[in-house]
Amino acid sequence: MAKKIKSSNGISKYNRNKYIWAYIFILPQIIVFFGFSLYPIVMSYVYSFYDWSGIGPLTNFVGLKNYTRILTESSFWNAFGNTFVYTAGFTVVSISIALILALVLNNPNLKGRGIYRTVYFLPVVTTMAIIGIVMQNIFGTQGFFNEFLKAIGLIDQSISWLSNPVLAMILLIIIGSWKEIGITMIYWLTGLQMIPREVYEAAKIDGAGSWQTLRYITLPLLKPIGATILLLTVVSSMRVFDLVKTLTEGGPYFATETLELYIYRFAFAPDGPSQVGFASAAGVILGLTVFIISLILGWVVYKVSGQKRKPLGGGIK
Amino acid sequence: MKNRTAMFMTHTLLIVFGIIWIYPFIWMISSSFKTNSTFLTSGINPLPENIHWDNYIRAWEVANFSGYFLNSVIITLSTVLIVITLSCLTGYALGRVKFPGRKVIITVVVALMFIPSGYTIIPLYELMKMLGLSDSLLGVILAESSGAHILFILLFAAFFSRVPQEVEDSAAIDGAGFFRTFAKIVLPTAKPVIATAAIMQFIWTWSSFLVPLVLTLNSPELRTLAVGMLSFVGRYQTDWTGMAAGASISLVPVILIFIVMQRYFIEGISGSVK
Repeated sequence: MAKKIKSSNGISKYNRNKYIWAYIFILPQIIVFFGFSLYPIVMSYVYSFYDWSGIGPLTNFVGLKNYTRILTESSFWNAFGNTFVYTAGFTVVSISIALILALVLNNPNLKGRGIYRTVYFLPVVTTMAIIGIVMQNIFGTQGFFNEFLKAIGLIDQSISWLSNPVLAMILLIIIGSWKEIGITMIYWLTGLQMIPREVYEAAKIDGAGSWQTLRYITLPLLKPIGATILLLTVVSSMRVFDLVKTLTEGGPYFATETLELYIYRFAFAPDGPSQVGFASAAGVILGLTVFIISLILGWVVYKVSGQKRKPLGGGIK
Repeated sequence: MKNRTAMFMTHTLLIVFGIIWIYPFIWMISSSFKTNSTFLTSGINPLPENIHWDNYIRAWEVANFSGYFLNSVIITLSTVLIVITLSCLTGYALGRVKFPGRKVIITVVVALMFIPSGYTIIPLYELMKMLGLSDSLLGVILAESSGAHILFILLFAAFFSRVPQEVEDSAAIDGAGFFRTFAKIVLPTAKPVIATAAIMQFIWTWSSFLVPLVLTLNSPELRTLAVGMLSFVGRYQTDWTGMAAGASISLVPVILIFIVMQRYFIEGISGSVK
């Protein structure tokens, strides 16, 4: 239709008008993206090369000194290790429980699936920072959980869950997983629904039982989406902050301090003056670590899916 | 017969496990109606003796949850409006117009998304200071609206690209220009996508913590519910039922909105992994 009225330069007036409108339409998003996303990303690198308290101009360029200092700080490596412990625990717990839930809730004969899905999804929509505070109370020494365990006779004396380094980390992992399992469950359900019905019917005709169907049909077919889920889960959990800040504040004695909390402590709540340059360098190291891990897992996704899945942006080709 | 037993077992497990799953919320709401003294003596009994609204009144008036609530509402609604407008316009342009440079823009934005980012909240904070917005709700709103919202842009672009060309053509014959075709004819059909994007952005912004925490460090009166809650427990350490009331003020609205709009939210989540 548009090609009917060609003008001298080859582009119809109708089309040129459309192009101009298209540029106007994307302009606001581009401005916001460059101003409020790209600029902070670039500057997050720049700050890391300065000795800077966050006040006054950037004058004291120190090159890589912040980085060399970080690599020798045991407190940094402690936070680095804690982040990996949390990520590993969170990934294993949330992916496996979410898969079990999804397999149960995917059964079309199960009545009330929608209600169950809502219930198990509910924690996802709540605010992590508020959950941290509520849970701090529930798992406090005089909190509900201890009272409950005493009432059913499991323990005689209250356990101080959050003052024990190992228990505090386990609690962080369990609560963090509980909060996000609903999302992972929806991911798995999406994957399960992409498996064609005929596959199951064929398996049934071949006499496969439900366990065999699961083991040899469903799980192998879920592998590609499973790899994507693994990538999303790992990457999102490496930047855990809200829960740690409100539930344990990194305690007891930094036993649960993750990298985001470590960086926040140096940037905004320091023992002495703010060390924004130092915190920025730690932020860059965290960013690069997440980047390398996502490259590795992205490669796994690529391999497992047999290069068949649509790349990002496939929706608008 | 065997199937029915299995089904019964499944339901029993799902119900028992489900109650445990949401028990923290039941505990929170029930505690918010207790007095601090019955809270300590009532043990694990979830039922309050009678409904006390005192905790809510105390949190709302004394601990300034009214202010936090208002801030949360203003920040969240403005952010939703900005983000939806930006991603809807971008999605329409990318999905419907094959303008020169379209591929380049998509490639550049997607590539930039993958740049590893450092601790961007500090530059964001400095940027707001430079713009003179560090002590205003507008600063928080702009910071919350940052990002490229790739998921929403993709949702909108995919939707708009499926609108038949005839719709656009007949609008053009009727004399409607590009903008009128978009605003009057195509946009109204996009309600489900708008609902999905709006509910997702609403829940994300309502739950956001680090951005409002940092941007309101020097201006307590601008705090949101999530940030205000942290300062509340710092100040009134033994007011457990007040804490429960404050937590309920923050969580119950978003839980209700989710229950009403969950179809859209879950569709959005499932769209992000496809």
